[in-house]
Amino acid sequence: MLLDLDSGWGLLRAALPETVLSAWAMLLLLDAAWHHKEPGAQRRAGMLALVGIALAAAATIWLWVSGAQVAGIPTSLALDPFRFAVDLIVLLSAALAVLFSVDYLEREAIRIPEYHVLVLFAAVGMMLLAGGEDLFVIFLGLELMSVSVYVLSGIDRRSPVGGEAALKYFLIGAFASAFFLYGIALLYGATGSTRLPMIAAQIGPLGLQGHPMLLAGLALLLIGFGFKVAAVPFHMWTPDVYDGAPTPVTGFMATAVKAAAFAALVRVLLGGFGSIHVVWEQVIWWLAAVTMIVGNLVALAQRSVKRMLAYSSIAHAGYLLTALVAGSMAGAAAFLFYLLFYTLMTVGAFAILALKGRGGERDVLIDDLAGLAETHPWLALGMTVCMLSLLGFPGTAGFIGKWYILVSATGGGYTVLAAILVLTSVVSAGYYLPVVMAMYMKPSTHEQAHAGVLVPRLTGITLAVMVVALVVFGLWPNRVLDAARDGSHAFLPASVTTIAAPVPVAN
Amino acid sequence: MTEFLANLHYARWALSALLVIPLGGALLIWPAPAGTAKKIAFWVAILEFVMSLGLWWAYDPSGPAMQVGGWLPWIPAWGIAYRVGIDGISLFLVLLTTFLMPLAVLGSWSGITRREKGYYALLLVLTTGMLGVFVAMDLFLFYVFWEVMLIPMYFIIGVWGGKGRLYASIKFFIYTFVGSLLMLVAILVLYFSAGRAAGGVYSFAYDHILQYATLPMPTQFWLFGAFFLAFAIKVPMVPFHTWLPDAHVEAPTAGSVILAGILLKMGTYGFLRFALPLFPSVAMNRTVSAIVITLAVVGIIYGALVAMVQPDFKKLIAYSSVSHLGFVVLGIWALTLQSVQGALMVMINHGISTGALFFLVGMIYERRHSRLVADFGGIARVMPAYAAVLTLVSLSSIGLPGTNGFVGEFLVLLGAFRTHPLAAGIAATGVIFAACYLLWALQRVIYYKLDKPENRGLTDLTRREWGVLVPLVVVILWLGLAPGPVLRRMEPSARHFIEAVQGRAAPAVASARLP
Repeated sequence: MLLDLDSGWGLLRAALPETVLSAWAMLLLLDAAWHHKEPGAQRRAGMLALVGIALAAAATIWLWVSGAQVAGIPTSLALDPFRFAVDLIVLLSAALAVLFSVDYLEREAIRIPEYHVLVLFAAVGMMLLAGGEDLFVIFLGLELMSVSVYVLSGIDRRSPVGGEAALKYFLIGAFASAFFLYGIALLYGATGSTRLPMIAAQIGPLGLQGHPMLLAGLALLLIGFGFKVAAVPFHMWTPDVYDGAPTPVTGFMATAVKAAAFAALVRVLLGGFGSIHVVWEQVIWWLAAVTMIVGNLVALAQRSVKRMLAYSSIAHAGYLLTALVAGSMAGAAAFLFYLLFYTLMTVGAFAILALKGRGGERDVLIDDLAGLAETHPWLALGMTVCMLSLLGFPGTAGFIGKWYILVSATGGGYTVLAAILVLTSVVSAGYYLPVVMAMYMKPSTHEQAHAGVLVPRLTGITLAVMVVALVVFGLWPNRVLDAARDGSHAFLPASVTTIAAPVPVAN
Repeated sequence: MTEFLANLHYARWALSALLVIPLGGALLIWPAPAGTAKKIAFWVAILEFVMSLGLWWAYDPSGPAMQVGGWLPWIPAWGIAYRVGIDGISLFLVLLTTFLMPLAVLGSWSGITRREKGYYALLLVLTTGMLGVFVAMDLFLFYVFWEVMLIPMYFIIGVWGGKGRLYASIKFFIYTFVGSLLMLVAILVLYFSAGRAAGGVYSFAYDHILQYATLPMPTQFWLFGAFFLAFAIKVPMVPFHTWLPDAHVEAPTAGSVILAGILLKMGTYGFLRFALPLFPSVAMNRTVSAIVITLAVVGIIYGALVAMVQPDFKKLIAYSSVSHLGFVVLGIWALTLQSVQGALMVMINHGISTGALFFLVGMIYERRHSRLVADFGGIARVMPAYAAVLTLVSLSSIGLPGTNGFVGEFLVLLGAFRTHPLAAGIAATGVIFAACYLLWALQRVIYYKLDKPENRGLTDLTRREWGVLVPLVVVILWLGLAPGPVLRRMEPSARHFIEAVQGRAAPAVASARLP
């Protein structure tokens, strides 16, 4: 199906998922205002939000299945499987956030139906990030997403740490946006366009490969992205913000926000600057290496589960960057595959943590999980699968994901980076396993240690489905692999010329 | 028998069935009432053993080729498939595993009282993992099994272990994990190299990679290092052995038996199957081979010396494993027919004898809740049958002629003497040390005076314990008196291994020749 983005109808159809979701979110806002005083308003809004997400997902799948493509010159919005794949991951993460939040907000007595509306708006922003082929669309998506998430992280007004998290996130986010915008300005100055295909087309003929303004613009853009994906050394805000926000929001931030920002980064690097892979390869290499090392080592020192997961999500940003270094299609496919299962295992871990804790879960130490297997065997099993998957252990989808990243890295000749990845994974065993160890091998501190841990039905079913998915796709990943490969076809080697040359294996 | 099995198409499904049955058993335990868990596990393990016996006849010892196969596509996008098969090397490791598992279940009968269902389910899952390592003919599949068997062992040590179990279990996990992950990267580099050399046919099949992978020498060196590290940690070779005493001492009896009897063999199996055939010119490089042989000899002597001063009987046996496995590594690297066959024999013997020793220690531990040699003395008076079995097993572990231990170590020394006389000479003293530490411990435990009042009430072997020990004793004597059929089945594969390694590393090994 060819869509002409210059015509109104074409554009509407191309942006159907985003349109549907924003329209639905606005209606939901009205509905929430109408029913605000009712006791079940929050749950009702959550259920309606799920319907909206389902509609948007259906629209995305329709576009993907019908093979939508841009007719003529590419413009501001991409129509390729990469966008659709990321959209679906974002929608999945949003749906999970809503599903877990409904019970969570009820328990914590946060009666704000607008919460779910904000999740939807954030999701729209993320989808724009994933689909934007114009730096301004990407920026628009970035801001829409960020503003919604700032509010979400401070949604519990009674919690001072929540407020601190929101303010910190906002300030740092504004700072990052400034870098980003300045980068766009410089790139426009160098190439005369903000559209990625145009930028890509200009670099060669104008001989801009080493042009200072282009490089400075790209560097500023990378810094902006670095903040959003929480890559070291731009990660300083992460632990405090993740720690202070309500746990389902943290899960959402650690997955969807990161996924969307990463997707935009992939598109900018592969779509816009694929021809100067040599230039940014080293930068990403170092970012990936430092992020993996610092994230994993610092996570090792954490005693609070929530902070540990926050640092672990930094480490995972490093793994995702590793997929990017090669600048290859295999890398993009590995990225998509990993992103999907990273979302499942991270949200799962945060959701189980949320069941255990009260009032923000900041005080749940790893040792507080001691003996959980005795009283809640299924919950402990679920947590174990999530931990093993995060660790990248065979039999879980996390392993296939990590394996795919290793395939793309070694296939591109980055053996040293692959070695760093596996060695830092060993380090990560040092903080994922203690969780398992506490649950199964340590006796609980007192009789009633886990008496307050109740698993609401909705949360329980969702968790069970996620955990089963992690194991099933860890053993039979073929379907998802095919989808991920299809998704990576947006970056055909024609636009990524440098990776064709095999790099000799480094010692 | 051979004909009967052929009529059943035994060779087609045997290995896959061996892999699936324990998993099925584990699933069966799940809904069963807690009291029946051990019975289910026992009968599943017995079924497994009976099924595996067919391999003895189904295996055709006339050639070195992989046999009794199995193939299913798994992840075609990466050339990954479920490929299994056995040769004369893995045949006996498979049989050893299926032989020890029912005994391990039986040996846990009274020792495991908490969370029985989980324990026996994990034992069965562990069986699948270990068998998988020995039969996998696809590097990806091999890696998956190699890692998967870590988790059940980790839980068995960590949940049902002794006082220091948390430390021991995580140490065990992380040590193995470090080595194996680097091996994973090495496997990937091999995969890409073989794929390019094969004109774009990418596959993780063992034969494919063995045939096509060609890499420059420095790269080969690093890859060999990665494989070597993974296997050396598992063996364990000095200086990577420090996880072993901790894990052994803390693990429950059956855990120790499996750890010593089967898990350690995975390291030496890895050398035989992967590290040497894939990188023969690195492995047989003069310097590399000198370093490995030195480490092996150091392991033999060091393990024996440290074992001698252990006050804890279980730790003593743990260190004796370091010593015995040193013989295996020496035998493999000496690369003569006798030494390689000897190494294989030591692998089996060590599984039987050391397994039996761990069972025996476990039995007195259950009675006295102590493993310290000094807490016993003269118990031959109250436990005469126990004393007799312990003596026999100790003698087999020392390598007394007429027991299985003699055949293996003698062959290793004989073979190694041709190519590395100095190393063989020093290693031979390890046998003497073995006699020292074991006989001395034996003396202090079962002879001397019965001077501790709490030992007076000890009861002799129960029927169940006889059930565990008799099969082991029978095998000890059988392998000691008539090792011929076993050696005959090993020979073609051992010969093929030597030829393959020497043939591909021809320039690097001028000194080592086939007899």
